[in-house]
Amino acid sequence: MKNNHRYLFLNPKITEKIGTVALTAVAFLTVAPIIAIVIYIIYLGAPAITWEFLTAMPRDGMRAGGIWPAIVGTFYLTMGTAIFSVPLGVAAAIYLSEYAKDNPLTRNIRLAIINLAGIPSVVYGLFGLGLFVVFLNFGTSILSASLTLSIMTLPVIITTTEEALRAVPQSFRVVSTSLGATKWQTIRRVILPQALPGILTGVVLGLERAAGETAPILFTGAAFFLPRLPNSPLDATMALPYHLFVISTQVPGMPIKIQYGTVLVLMMFVLIMNLIVTLIRSRARARRQW
Amino acid sequence: MSANKLKFSEKIITRGIQFSGLSSIVFVLMILYFLVAQGLPVLSEVPLRDLFSTRWYPIEGYYGILPLILGSLVVTVGASLVAVPMGVLTAIYIAEIAPGWAKEILKPLVELLAGLPSVVLGFLGILILSPFLRDTLHLPTGLTALTGALLLGMIAVPTIVSISEDALNNVPETYRTGSLALGVTRWQTIWGVTVPAARSGILTAIMLGVGRTIGETMTVMMVTGNAPVMPDSFRVLFMPIRTMTATIASEMGEVAAGSLHYSMLFFIAVVLFLFTLAVNIAASKISSRQLKRSERILS
Repeated sequence: MKNNHRYLFLNPKITEKIGTVALTAVAFLTVAPIIAIVIYIIYLGAPAITWEFLTAMPRDGMRAGGIWPAIVGTFYLTMGTAIFSVPLGVAAAIYLSEYAKDNPLTRNIRLAIINLAGIPSVVYGLFGLGLFVVFLNFGTSILSASLTLSIMTLPVIITTTEEALRAVPQSFRVVSTSLGATKWQTIRRVILPQALPGILTGVVLGLERAAGETAPILFTGAAFFLPRLPNSPLDATMALPYHLFVISTQVPGMPIKIQYGTVLVLMMFVLIMNLIVTLIRSRARARRQW
Repeated sequence: MSANKLKFSEKIITRGIQFSGLSSIVFVLMILYFLVAQGLPVLSEVPLRDLFSTRWYPIEGYYGILPLILGSLVVTVGASLVAVPMGVLTAIYIAEIAPGWAKEILKPLVELLAGLPSVVLGFLGILILSPFLRDTLHLPTGLTALTGALLLGMIAVPTIVSISEDALNNVPETYRTGSLALGVTRWQTIWGVTVPAARSGILTAIMLGVGRTIGETMTVMMVTGNAPVMPDSFRVLFMPIRTMTATIASEMGEVAAGSLHYSMLFFIAVVLFLFTLAVNIAASKISSRQLKRSERILS
């Protein structure tokens, strides 16, 4: 393609014009489906959203009533995932950015992170089933599902946090240490606050992914139908993505309105989290002094 | 707080951080252990010849995983044919051509696509894409490999775009200005200088995108029709198939723990794990080679 002009005897300027238009078209064509999806879902889902739909239990084999337990379940799972994955992920990133030397161990850690990021979500589900549900005997529960989702979320949090930590200029560390601060004091009081927006971005993106996942919770914590709220972390729970899967493939005669309403609620979850990320980023960019 | 106490708590925290640093390795090993421990017994119970045979019908004891592997490959290749050109070209547009306002529109949208749960895509696939394909292509069913491939393409696009874009942005600005100073157009600079300079990064992006499609579960389970048949010709694209991931997800709920079928599903997970492991190691090898080469150039 780079030698187009030679073969076609076109003026390079004309090639450039045509090429630019073509690339612009491809780029906008690529994102067109996502715009269409958002508008379409809002359009068809909005009529289903009522106070009852959001806050009532499902009735009639999920064909009527609301999706409250699924909303609460997804909230619990997301929080559970955050409890485990955020401290561990941030600590691991601090290790990689501030402590790790460039040696085989560090390279293996990086390789492990890349591999964790690439493991299929359903394989995480099997692993969670094997370790948390059966071996540790947590049963099909919020705890098992959250732990499974945490490990899946870890690579996202580690890589984005490490990037944010590395973006803090070296001079900050030097100055803090020269004032007599210990390494941890420097990290705690200087580096972490500076890197906070980047860390939050990573955390929200990771949790967004966890909240939308179905395959890892299929066998570790998701309940097909549970018309009450979970009482403890050892209870199974309904969850929005799994509920959507169930009502769009497993339940015959499902009213289309409820399906679109559920999709819309799930998508709002994602949209809001994306909005938070965008806000954090633009605020951080405006306030950054280095 | 006394100095001694401070030192002590600092030591504890440092240990904690070091331990967390190792967590990724621990988890990868644990995942591998649990998959292999449950999946490996299969090898002693099912002869290798039967394992790689062409019939998957667990109820009658047929455990041939070949149709599942090929099902995954068909969908993945199909998805790549869609996602690779679109993803790479979009990345080139964003990194090299797009004016500020277009970047501000495109980047959040790509990110939104990355965050869209795969069940949502599967749902839209069932309701919109598959009836559309059935009617326009006059197929007996719209739940085909093609439907899965098109949707998986959408899932791979964000990965390809964001990593390719990073690779392009990492090409030093001097390459571009140097090229433009020689009198060639910006278009020629893109294809003659910038893209070749970023090619290992772009290749990494493609591999990671493809890796994601192999592992995608919910979308393919919902839209590919779930028929574990052996692909025999290129027509398979228009027929229902069944991927490895969908097999695990749809059958795990029904098997008894510890049965042969149960182990078999773990064995498939091992195969999947090895597939993605190979892809990821290859991708990271490519990008580390890139790093070394640029270090050599700069030194």
